[in-house]
Amino acid sequence: MSFWEYANPQKFMQLSRKVMPWVAGASVLCLVGGLAWGFFGTPDDYKQGSTVKIIYLHVPAAMMAINAWVMMLVTSLVWLIRRHHVSALAAKAAAPVGLVFTLIALATGALWGQPMWGTWWAWDPRLTSFLILALFYLGYIALWQAVDDPDTAADLTGVLCIVGSVFALLSRYAVNFWNQGLHQGASLSLDKEENVADVFWFPLLVCIAGFVLLFLALVLLRTRTEIRARRMGALLARERMG
Amino acid sequence: MIALLVRDMRLAMRAGGGFGLGLAFFLLVAVLVPLGVGPNSTVLALIAPGILWVGALLACLLSLDRVFALDFEDGSLDLLVTAPIPLEGVVAIKALAHWTVTGLPLTIVAPVLGVLLNLPVDGYVWLVVSLALGTPALSVIGAFGAALTVGLKRGGLLLSLLVLPLYVPTLIFGAEVVKRGAEGMATGTPLALLAAITAGAAALLPFASAAAIRINLR
Amino acid sequence: MDLRVDQLAVARGGVTVLEGVRFALPAGRGLVLRGPNGIGKTTLLRTVAGLQPAVAGSVSVAPDAIAYAAHADGLKATLTVAENLRFWAAVYGTAAVEDALGRMNLAELRDRQAANLSAGQKRRLGLARLLVTGRPIWVLDEPTVSLDTASVQLFGDVVRGHLGAGGSVLIATHIDLGLEADVLELGPFKAIGPRGGGAGGAFDAAFGGDFA
Repeated sequence: MSFWEYANPQKFMQLSRKVMPWVAGASVLCLVGGLAWGFFGTPDDYKQGSTVKIIYLHVPAAMMAINAWVMMLVTSLVWLIRRHHVSALAAKAAAPVGLVFTLIALATGALWGQPMWGTWWAWDPRLTSFLILALFYLGYIALWQAVDDPDTAADLTGVLCIVGSVFALLSRYAVNFWNQGLHQGASLSLDKEENVADVFWFPLLVCIAGFVLLFLALVLLRTRTEIRARRMGALLARERMG
Repeated sequence: MIALLVRDMRLAMRAGGGFGLGLAFFLLVAVLVPLGVGPNSTVLALIAPGILWVGALLACLLSLDRVFALDFEDGSLDLLVTAPIPLEGVVAIKALAHWTVTGLPLTIVAPVLGVLLNLPVDGYVWLVVSLALGTPALSVIGAFGAALTVGLKRGGLLLSLLVLPLYVPTLIFGAEVVKRGAEGMATGTPLALLAAITAGAAALLPFASAAAIRINLR
Repeated sequence: MDLRVDQLAVARGGVTVLEGVRFALPAGRGLVLRGPNGIGKTTLLRTVAGLQPAVAGSVSVAPDAIAYAAHADGLKATLTVAENLRFWAAVYGTAAVEDALGRMNLAELRDRQAANLSAGQKRRLGLARLLVTGRPIWVLDEPTVSLDTASVQLFGDVVRGHLGAGGSVLIATHIDLGLEADVLELGPFKAIGPRGGGAGGAFDAAFGGDFA
């Protein structure tokens, strides 16, 4: 059986109904476990004190904010090339989730920045990039809202997503060029020496897994809702046609 | 193709507003900023490059919603799509016409407004060079936004929301050129990047814009 | 120079409105589309003109053969009559402006701004555009709207002249232009979308299947 069969709304609904409770449950387990472990089971940082623990929200949210856009890019491409409707709806469903993750990353960043840098907001490259990312999400969502015909909306947002991805990358580069910044280097990487210590690492990994699962669960739920709404629209249209 | 360029420029001239509105807006920004910030000439010299670039960018944005909307309303966009000119060419020509009536005049008057904002002497050349290189990108990117929103009710506001994030790299590199130029530093890197954005956008975005128009018309 | 339409299905706003449309339009012939409002005549003409994709079926025609005229004339209010026509002549690479002005009885209005024309005069200018395209197949959507009897007569003569010169015309109209043309009656059609997702069908149609 081919992977593309799940692009059929019917197959997708059947599969997602079975999978979703497990994904949602696993997400709750990981988040509760990971956050509890992170907040209560790790020592305070010798420089940053207990404020460092916001990392368990900040880093996973920031990662998923970017990954959500990447997922939207992939699903948009699938829609534009293979015309699978579920793919377009999944992109639509992911956008508000991505926006909320972006806002969480910005808000937790501000809360963390206040005690560390003495300011809620700084025009640091990473913060600025996330602000711009939030604007991209807003524009994408607004375009979906503004276009009445779903086919047209899916096509236009798909084109916007592709062009937007290129310009988002350019902006990231431009912003780095514009200001070297206060933000610490990447907290997680596979090859760097300056990674966070193992005690922080493992609960962080659990939290990241929790956020990934949360994202999946929310996107599945929202895609199901979109499919149902679209189905209602289709049935109503058919009724009008007699 | 040339006929289309001539027609669009003639329309912009006769409708009035096309030329004047963007320039008037640019002038207002340059007058209002010192009134808001205060007359301290060191402060003004410091922010002049950024203000001039932001002003030019917003003045460009002002007339974008007319690029395709007018042709859409009177039906000529349909006729242009079925005409023997590739739609990508139509988009590129319309962006060029938009630049000729907004970006080019903005570039020409910018040094005068630079005086109002106390731009340092070394900055003037770079102001003109960066605007001349960067404003075509603003028109091409703006034409893409206009293509996405053509035919939408209240498309103007949405157009700004879609286009402003896309303007970020152009703005950053453009203003950086003037800033470095005004401080007497080397401007090669941001200037090359600005030119790269303009060249890339002019070469590739008309295809995306044409696709968006075809989607919007069906 | 034939236009062939086979098993064509067209959609408006994601809903299929016409299905199984087939006809052939040889050179020198006219075909009149008739049918009640909202049946999909405009959608069909736009699909034939290449402005929107077909849901199913095919339109086969030589490239660059069709000239399309819609409800809106695509005139620029601030340009004069002659400037409007000269623009389209330049786009299509022809030089028939004077001839077109004469045949649509617009020669005296040549230097007037399009904004100052009456509705009927604008319509005549819009139709004069067809003459400067030099295209053999005209696809016309209600061309006689706001024309008076004399102008309808005039336009009928122009279309007959076009057919006589080996052109052809596909026209949606309720008025008898005095053409020797076949008539295609478009009947109401019940939209039934393809089941399931995947390539093809209109967006909503993909969600019409039975599922939980």
